[in-house]
Amino acid sequence: MRTLALSDEILLNIDKPARYIGNEINMVKKDPSTVDIRFAMCFPDVYEIGMSHLGIQILYSMFNQREDVYCERAYSPWGDLHKIMKERKIPLFTLETQSPVKDMDFLGITIQYEMCYTNILQILDLSQIPLLSSQRGEECPIVIGGGPCTYNPEPLADFFDMFYIGEGETRYGELFELYKSIRGQGGTRQEFLRAACKIPGIYVPSLYEITYQEDGTIASFQPKYEDVPAAVEKEVEMDVSHAPYPVKPLVPYIKITQDRVVLEIQRGCIRGCRFCQAGMVYRPTRERDVAVLKQYAQEMLKNTGHEEISLSSLSSSDYSQLPELVNFLVESKEQGVNISLPSLRIDAFSLEAMEKVQDIRKSSLTFAPEAGSQRLRDVINKGLTEETILHGAGMAFEGGWQKVKLYFMLGLPTENEDDMREIPRLADKIARRYYEIPKDRRNGKCQITISTSFFVPKPFTPFQWASMCPKEGYLARAKVVNEEMKAQLNRKSLKYNWHEADVTVLEGVFARGDRRVGQVLLKAYEKGCMFDAWTECFDNQKWMEAFQETGVSIDFYNLRQRELDEILPWDFIRCGVTKEFLTREWERAQKGQLTLNCKEACNGCGAMAYQGGVCLEHQN
Amino acid sequence: MAAGLWHIREVSVLNIRIKFQKYGVMKFIGHLDMMRYFQKAIRRAGIDIAYSGGYSPHQIMSFAAPLGVGITSDGEYFDIAVNSTKSSRESIEALNCAMAEGVSILEYKKLPDTAKTSMSLVAAADYLIYVKPEYAPSFLPQEELQGKIQEFYKGQPEILITKQTKKSQVEMDLKQFIYQMKAGDTPEHASGTLFLRVCTGSSNNIKPELVLETFCQFCGLTYQPAMFQIQRLEVYAKSDEIPVKGEKEQKAYRDYMAQLKASYEKQGKHVPEFLPLGALGEDIP
Repeated sequence: MRTLALSDEILLNIDKPARYIGNEINMVKKDPSTVDIRFAMCFPDVYEIGMSHLGIQILYSMFNQREDVYCERAYSPWGDLHKIMKERKIPLFTLETQSPVKDMDFLGITIQYEMCYTNILQILDLSQIPLLSSQRGEECPIVIGGGPCTYNPEPLADFFDMFYIGEGETRYGELFELYKSIRGQGGTRQEFLRAACKIPGIYVPSLYEITYQEDGTIASFQPKYEDVPAAVEKEVEMDVSHAPYPVKPLVPYIKITQDRVVLEIQRGCIRGCRFCQAGMVYRPTRERDVAVLKQYAQEMLKNTGHEEISLSSLSSSDYSQLPELVNFLVESKEQGVNISLPSLRIDAFSLEAMEKVQDIRKSSLTFAPEAGSQRLRDVINKGLTEETILHGAGMAFEGGWQKVKLYFMLGLPTENEDDMREIPRLADKIARRYYEIPKDRRNGKCQITISTSFFVPKPFTPFQWASMCPKEGYLARAKVVNEEMKAQLNRKSLKYNWHEADVTVLEGVFARGDRRVGQVLLKAYEKGCMFDAWTECFDNQKWMEAFQETGVSIDFYNLRQRELDEILPWDFIRCGVTKEFLTREWERAQKGQLTLNCKEACNGCGAMAYQGGVCLEHQN
Repeated sequence: MAAGLWHIREVSVLNIRIKFQKYGVMKFIGHLDMMRYFQKAIRRAGIDIAYSGGYSPHQIMSFAAPLGVGITSDGEYFDIAVNSTKSSRESIEALNCAMAEGVSILEYKKLPDTAKTSMSLVAAADYLIYVKPEYAPSFLPQEELQGKIQEFYKGQPEILITKQTKKSQVEMDLKQFIYQMKAGDTPEHASGTLFLRVCTGSSNNIKPELVLETFCQFCGLTYQPAMFQIQRLEVYAKSDEIPVKGEKEQKAYRDYMAQLKASYEKQGKHVPEFLPLGALGEDIP
């Protein structure tokens, strides 16, 4: 029987002890003394969130297929346990063998959103690993970061020994071999880091020197040594159909956010929405073979016993084999298995499919027009037109649906007051379409829910140069929407949700910040900031103090419109999409010009260099 | 129970009673999560479980008596309905292949068609309580424990405790719900061990922790919950409660009890007041 890192006395006095005991179905068991490399894979948020993440499951199963590696997991201990671990100096442990994370060879941390940055510091702190890379000794694990936020790793540069930029399937084998050979010969951390930076996709921040201009912008970003690459190329898995996939995913005991089989049907997105980072950095769009997916679906349901299967991609409707896959899932559906179909465009096919797999009365239709007016939708290159939305909603209403969710962003570049007012007006038009159905054929009132979030410009998007609003500016926008909503004919069928703008401001700083904002993170963590993505834990006051005390200006990062020739902190990364393309798109955006999607025409974004996926379809 | 007691009828579903063990780290998994765990495990094991009707069908499954977090058990029960089944041996094997470390399937038995649910039959449960190795020997030694139990359980005409309910405090006599209490004889544990049989079920559910706490107070010891490991040993139905609803089955049960009574009396004993829940089913060949 395994012994646990925490005593019964602790486990029986904290919330959800099942978060910390491991032992889940499909957990990999190995004898640690028989492997060369021990890897702690960490998602820096609470177990229920971290366990829902597909990327970790992919790497976990892929690493553990190697005989020389044992990959274990760690998540952020919730506040109640955090306090106990600090007081009693209990080091953070892995779930599998309950061993201290500090005894591992690697600590891998996936970085999925800016508001988990303080949790990364918590992980290091509880692991009893020095927070700063520069202070780590030979006995410390190599701390490696991956995930979408590494497309601008600079705010975290001081805390990581290295970053893996891009998709994890490709280079870890090489990295492990290098580690074994250097460590095997008694090589130091420094020697390993210096050699590792030559592996494509690996970025070792300590090997670069940055200087700044008087105005605070970057003057130069240079490798410290001649043999260190000046640019880091993102990694892409070009053969997604044969890439490793976790057909025996972990099955947790407690209810988690994504408690189902997840089938990743494709990577990337053809659409080219100008605000969307994922749509740019995951180019080119690559589809998984439908036969492979069918086989995965059956195996994974059998291996997990899950009652639900869900498709995952940035835009499922663009998957060319979607009807075949959905029909297969519906037809081979065993009793008690639910199918969930997120991110589908509303059309005849998707409505019919949804009707087969879900309860229409309970389910709602989701549209993400992102902007209220056609003008602004053109600016952001969101191809969706009002006509399409009304037509789709109309079809759905005729089919018995009565709930619609609408997602918008406020604070997009060039947005004016009319764009804001168009949001509730569009919602009202949808409601009017509902009430066109004769009373005896409809089912009471319709419910149109509008949700707005505040736009945060992201690196490697055409909006990477855009300025943001001050906090008050965002709230004022929400107020305009709310006011306009109250003036609508069908206001009683409309509901509007928005939230505070404090987090948006911080996301802005950390999304596009440089190395200097790392000190704010450190200060905020010292003050007790943690789990900032959780409303009940977020403390804006402490954050503002942290900025003040470190002298870092929020306005410098958020309110300034960046010049096209400015050196951006993430310019050293090559993600396929070129700066020329992004510049072109930024200019087209300001003119409200639409750009065709990757299936309609190649726009020369640069991703063709990877020689695969949608890029090659045009050559036929 | 004697083979062939319940005759097989042509019905759409079969009722099955499953007995399992829960130990090790699984003691931290709460009751609701165990139900979810078994829903998935049953699908992994390929058990042909029956589903309820309606738009969101769910597995027909009901648990006997929830087990508190931190308690281990050798005698947990739940009932399921299946459309078809393999033998008990094969089904146990399939289920055990789908188990996590810390859960083992012990029995898989067929129940009569009109069987009452295990939940409605639960009347008592046995517990073994011992001090965890890391705290030992900080409890009373076996002999002293024996004496204290004598004073506490036999010596007192009633054991009055105040129970905090939502609205008020109620005084109640705990003794009537403690069916047995004695010092256990388990040489593997360093300090004394305690054996309890208490009233369990929907009407008067006595948690072993409550008895333990009251006993510690009686002995003048501070009650430290984490110090003790409580292990449920078995869950029982009352032997005089007829566990089936159908007339035919009721008659069969009465005949069976008469036989049982006769065989006990031959040995000069009484029929036990409680029968393990598993004794009401029979193995599927």
